Amino acid sequence: MNQLIAKRSLANNELLRSRVLTRLFSALFLFAAVLSQMALSTEKEIATLRDETAIDDQKRPAVLPKVDNSDIKKTRNYPMQPPLIPHTVRGYEVNLKVNKCMSCHSRSRTEDSQAPMVSVTHFMDRDGNFLAEISPRRYFCNQCHVTQMKTKELVENTFVDMHQLMKEKQSKNSNR
Amino acid sequence: MKKIIRLGWQTLRKPSAHFSLGFLVVGGFISGVIFWGGFNTALELTNTEEFCISCHEMESNPYAELKPTIHFSNRSGVRATCPDCHVPHKWTDKIARKMQASKEVWGKVFGTINTREKFQNLRRHLAENEWRRLKANDSLECRNCHNFDYMDFTEQSERAANQHSTSLASGEKTCIDCHKGIAHQLPDMKGVEGWN
Ligand code: HEC
Ligand code: HEC
Ligand code: HEC
Repeated sequence: MNQLIAKRSLANNELLRSRVLTRLFSALFLFAAVLSQMALSTEKEIATLRDETAIDDQKRPAVLPKVDNSDIKKTRNYPMQPPLIPHTVRGYEVNLKVNKCMSCHSRSRTEDSQAPMVSVTHFMDRDGNFLAEISPRRYFCNQCHVTQMKTKELVENTFVDMHQLMKEKQSKNSNR
Repeated sequence: MKKIIRLGWQTLRKPSAHFSLGFLVVGGFISGVIFWGGFNTALELTNTEEFCISCHEMESNPYAELKPTIHFSNRSGVRATCPDCHVPHKWTDKIARKMQASKEVWGKVFGTINTREKFQNLRRHLAENEWRRLKANDSLECRNCHNFDYMDFTEQSERAANQHSTSLASGEKTCIDCHKGIAHQLPDMKGVEGWN
């Protein structure tokens, strides 16, 4: 008798388990379906390199923007911003053997080149000691300095200049 | 031995018994033209880019490095080939350069530069030869294509116009002083004037 009960409850258990499992699976399935639906609807908002080109189509590549070669200094957005390079640097080598940038911007070259000298911070090692040459941690110029392309920004830029922020704050304070 | 030489000399000195003077003069002229032409044609054959890069060393080093530069592909579609920059147009200069180049062929045959590493190690030496040559001839090969007299500074970038209208115009500097490494990667530039 005991065995019988045990068997039945076992069967019951099994039934229950399978039912729970089917429910769980269908719930999961539904969830996945909803998710993928959501993914589909948001897909258009995600910018990919191929945009919405079909997989068997070749996308027409965008026109390469030109580098701004005007030699006009651009305003920095904050004092510590590494300045933009206002000219082309096509084929300029910066490696262990050569540093083309420094052939104009080094301390000893600026008279000939009339280019601005690299900032004095570039001579400091990480402990703040001044070295005779630029510090190795500043050697690779294009880690911080980049050219400006003549192109529209890909995403809207919401950067606000701190002077603008301060002005707003001041006018708020004086209104009070 | 002495006899043979004397015999040969005597035959050369004797007037010709079989050919007329006219034939000899005309024939000599024609064969002269053929030899001279042949020599120059052979010379011209070595004056093509195909010849330069038929050596693996030149193809996988200077040529590969030239490809991404402005002298290989640009908006105007005018290309500079190896001889445009490396071989003088004047005949005497050309011959002199060719004799120098024979050394490079020697280098090829005996494997002085048969790997990228060996080429890199020798690059400073090779580059210095070219800088010296271009400095000595006031960058003649550059000027075969780029004529200072027809440079329009208003069309140039500000940096270029500033430098060209001062140091270049006064003759104080020549193209290669400022434009090293326009066609190939540079060697270690330690101690080169203007690179520190
Ligand atoms: C076969 C002719 C030819 C020879 C020889 C030649 N160039 Fe050029 N060079 C050109 C052409 C063509 C351009 C590209 C013009 C364009 O479309 O802007 C060019 C462009 C340049 C530029 C512009 C680079 C840039 O990024 O805008 C420089 C600098 C230059 N040459 C220097 C030299 C120097 C130095 C030499 C001598 C070692 C030399 N060239 C030899 C034809 C030549
Ligand atoms: C005193 C240094 C100096 C000399 C000498 C010099 N150049 Fe330049 N040249 C420059 C600089 C600097 C630039 C602009 C930056 C760059 O392209 O690297 C430039 C740019 C150029 C350009 C591109 C023009 C542009 O609008 O940017 C050409 C082409 C050129 N040079 C050819 C020559 C030729 C050919 C000679 C020799 C007849 C020569 N340069 C001699 C410094 C020089
Ligand atoms: C626009 C001119 C120009 C053209 C085209 C050119 N060269 Fe050069 N070449 C130079 C100059 C200038 C140097 C001197 C080193 C330097 O400034 O890069 C040089 C140096 C060299 C060197 C010495 C090693 C080195 O890298 O400095 C070799 C080898 C060489 N060139 C081979 C070639 C071959 C092969 C070609 C054709 C595929 C070629 N060059 C095309 C201008 C040119």
